[in-house]
Amino acid sequence: MPSTTSTEGARSHARAQATTAQLRVPATPEGATGVSWAEVVPAGSYATRVLGRGTRLRLTDPDGGACAHVLLFRADASWERLNVADTVKVPWQAYLGAGHPLLSDQGRVLATVVADTSGHHDALCGTSPAARAQMLLGVHKHGMDIRDVAPSVSLFKGVRVGDDGGLAFTGGAGAGATVDLLLHLPLVVVVVNAPHPLDPDPAVTDLDLVAWQAPAELTTPVSTDPEYLRALFNTESTWAAARDSEVVK
Amino acid sequence: MTELSEKRASTVVSDQVVAACAPWSAVVRAGQELQIIDLQGNQAVDTLFYGFVDGRPDPAMRYSAQATVAAQRNIFLTTGSVLRAADGTALMTIVADEVGNHDTIAGACSKESNTLRYGHHTVHQHACAENFLAEATKWGMGKRDIVSNVNFFMNVPVEADGTLGIVDGLSAPGKSLTLRAEADTLVLVSNCPQINNPCNGFDPTPVRMVITET
Repeated sequence: MPSTTSTEGARSHARAQATTAQLRVPATPEGATGVSWAEVVPAGSYATRVLGRGTRLRLTDPDGGACAHVLLFRADASWERLNVADTVKVPWQAYLGAGHPLLSDQGRVLATVVADTSGHHDALCGTSPAARAQMLLGVHKHGMDIRDVAPSVSLFKGVRVGDDGGLAFTGGAGAGATVDLLLHLPLVVVVVNAPHPLDPDPAVTDLDLVAWQAPAELTTPVSTDPEYLRALFNTESTWAAARDSEVVK
Repeated sequence: MTELSEKRASTVVSDQVVAACAPWSAVVRAGQELQIIDLQGNQAVDTLFYGFVDGRPDPAMRYSAQATVAAQRNIFLTTGSVLRAADGTALMTIVADEVGNHDTIAGACSKESNTLRYGHHTVHQHACAENFLAEATKWGMGKRDIVSNVNFFMNVPVEADGTLGIVDGLSAPGKSLTLRAEADTLVLVSNCPQINNPCNGFDPTPVRMVITET
């Protein structure tokens, strides 16, 4: 190891580290092209990106212990954000799964769950204070603050409601589960990998994130529910209206 | 022993009727109680809470529906429910309740979500999100400070397959609920103007807010 008593030695020491380090990068899913993000989020940490409209974001729980707490904001108007109450109320469905829209507070669909092999998710319980601290750091990276740490959804760890309103923790689906989100607008995505607040024995493992370009999927609604179609209408008309006019050739 | 003799003498700090469809707010000091009276029955009272520190609402101490639900492991609010900030801090406790099953997962109505739920013809109807914004600005807050709220007197069951929805209420004329402030708390209310679902019996009506101290 080079001496770090001089700037030259310190520089050599710093530069030598990446040559020997091991960095796991999630594999590109079969058929995916235009990968824009691939990152492993270890237990207790967070990751954040601005992702474009038409991005498909796959979250994977490779070892069975991940719990992805997700916040979404419009990248161009961050005061419009994921509204968890509308996300369960408008589709008349408390449990997230394929076909479920993640709605903003402005009646638009920010993202749709377009695939789900887990079926163990939660929109009711939020995060623990430790995960919330990570979430706060994530939103700060985009110029936001504590006011923007709004209710979140949790993927890969489930909760079910009993007849009396009581909550039962149902754990995860095991190693290898995936959830795919299709983004309908440019979004700030903040993801924290941390215990679910009702998990009695959390043993959090890596969370994998891979995003790629899938704009053709925007043209095919994954649900025919009237509420979903009106949310798509609101989203598409807003996006189209804000585009600069172009000369048609 | 009569009910009257069991109660400690209390002083009325404030006694106001909130008109149908209107907003309301007040700071309830630690130890004071707020009684919400559903004067004509089945009137949803959309409510947010903010810890009130150094003369202003503290965004780190705003109500968290998710922390509240997770801590009590039940989606319904009733006597004994502690309304919490995100870090678990108790803001208010429900100390009396004549109705039960108050909601905190279904949020507030908005003009925008009305377009999804009922159609675009409803976009210019009044909504709770408008009331919250108008009232929040009086306290120096804005849109980013509005989060999932409590809906007192609103009934939202969740079925086994996850289906949920606002159904006929359990309240009736004159029924009430009482909250005790565990910390100085700003209470922000929208007396719900929704006319497209049964949360107000399709007819929004006034409610009465009584703050007392002993």
